[in-house]
Amino acid sequence: MRYLPLGDVDRNDMLGRIGADSVDDLFEVIPPSARLEGLLDLPLAQGEIEVERALGKLSAKNRAAGDGPFFVGAGAYRHHVPASVDHLIQRSEFLTAYTPYQPEISQGTLQVLFEFQTQVALITGMDVANASMYDGATACAEAVMMAARVTRRKKIVMSGNLHPHYRDTVLTTAQFIDLEMSSVEPLPEVDETMACVVVQNPDVFGRVRDLTPLAEACHSAGALMIVVVTEVVSLGAIKSPGAMGADIVVVEGQGIGNGLNYGGPYLGLFAAREKYVRQMPGRLCGETVDGDGRRGYVLTLSAREQHIRREKATSNICTNAGLCSLAFSIHLSLLGEDGFKRLALLNHQMAVKLSNALIAVPGVEEETETFFNEFTVRLPRPAAEVVDELLEHDVLGGVPLSRLFPERDDIENHLLVTATETNTMDDVTAFAKALREVLS
Amino acid sequence: MSTTKYSEEHEWVEVDGNTGTVGISNYAQDQLGDIVFIELPEAGATVEKGAEVAVVESVKAASEIYSPVSGDIVEANAALNETPELVNSDAEGGGWLYKITLADAGELDGLMDADGYAEFVEGLG
Repeated sequence: MRYLPLGDVDRNDMLGRIGADSVDDLFEVIPPSARLEGLLDLPLAQGEIEVERALGKLSAKNRAAGDGPFFVGAGAYRHHVPASVDHLIQRSEFLTAYTPYQPEISQGTLQVLFEFQTQVALITGMDVANASMYDGATACAEAVMMAARVTRRKKIVMSGNLHPHYRDTVLTTAQFIDLEMSSVEPLPEVDETMACVVVQNPDVFGRVRDLTPLAEACHSAGALMIVVVTEVVSLGAIKSPGAMGADIVVVEGQGIGNGLNYGGPYLGLFAAREKYVRQMPGRLCGETVDGDGRRGYVLTLSAREQHIRREKATSNICTNAGLCSLAFSIHLSLLGEDGFKRLALLNHQMAVKLSNALIAVPGVEEETETFFNEFTVRLPRPAAEVVDELLEHDVLGGVPLSRLFPERDDIENHLLVTATETNTMDDVTAFAKALREVLS
Repeated sequence: MSTTKYSEEHEWVEVDGNTGTVGISNYAQDQLGDIVFIELPEAGATVEKGAEVAVVESVKAASEIYSPVSGDIVEANAALNETPELVNSDAEGGGWLYKITLADAGELDGLMDADGYAEFVEGLG
């Protein structure tokens, strides 16, 4: 295929064929009020020094996570990413961190994807993993659609304790494929009409649960259990979803190798039981041997993908989050198995210290008994206003649950707080002191 | 006496009494290339003529198989789970996909006989 710029002759030829007079005709369906007339009100050009100064001023309005005590999580976690990760992902061998179609020239990238899949399968306790997806929430939507394909059932039950952003992503993504979706808590009895039950562990309130009984109930009804993990580091401390009987596991992998990045780009991990591998969405890299019997890597099981199967494809995803998955694999390799477990333990220990310090503040009640690095506390007044007042004490004190569940008055006073290895005891002390003052 | 009929979707059905054995034609397997996996229907399922009943996956693509006749699935060819390549080596024999109890023998009249199918394939160029 040749890529050449268009001239007026080509343009007029194409317009003639589709029966349009001008390119503007193609935009007629867009309401005039939404169309841009003229140019944006921006200065046309400035020197580099002026631009740097202007952007520096803009960026100074932000408050970065590292600027002070920071206890915000709820699906995006601040962890320490070693400088070596950033250095290694910029090596020229990884310059095109994209799913490679040509194994002849892409053995390095393909091998990284293969190692990545192996790491994902190991930490989730599953048989197979794909080469990654956009983020945890879209991976969750893909998992739901996969469960409907596997079971040939239409009923999707999501736990009410699933992160609302994940729930909404599922509802949006799957709305046109004729599924019957609901979000309920407590979960109903699993029955033979259900394709899957979607549960998060730790759940959006921070609670850790043994999902084994739910897995058994799902399997005896022929339904799949989909386990969502929004904090990948928790897998270093909690029994794996696979060991608890999950059929599909989706994870937000941002916490390893990747920064908060303003909410994206993130990294979706997707793993499943081997018997469902042909219904898995996305790219899969496999190990093989070449004509001379030497080890090599190649994309595999792609016969059901969009470029071959069109509308019958398992998914419209034909790519992966290449650079984020590379950073993940490098960071996890640097940590090693023991390091990953120790990192998880550090997170949990810091969260326990934080919990002890916060519930010692008069008026603060513990809401989450079993947690990893995130938990909910109940305050004597609406959490949203307390968080604003904490900011005046230079503390970013977590996520008020009213932000995630605006429709629920019963948790208006609930605050979701997170501690990671990046927090110090000084941070914890500062938070408890500020909270004491704000609530007094 | 058994007769074999072919559909324009390249399935064959060999009818013996009230039972049909269904597979894909030799021409179809040749077009698909090396077959690596077959998703078979479950025994007991009821299918309509023309419904998607199986998926044959080759190294090139995964293709739907449309049932040439309506009826109840009696048995799927379990040998294909381990050796899907049987469809390549013996498409119109040991590589059969499933057996079905015919709901309407009249449907067979709408299918082609071996000569008619050979002519049809010829026409595909």
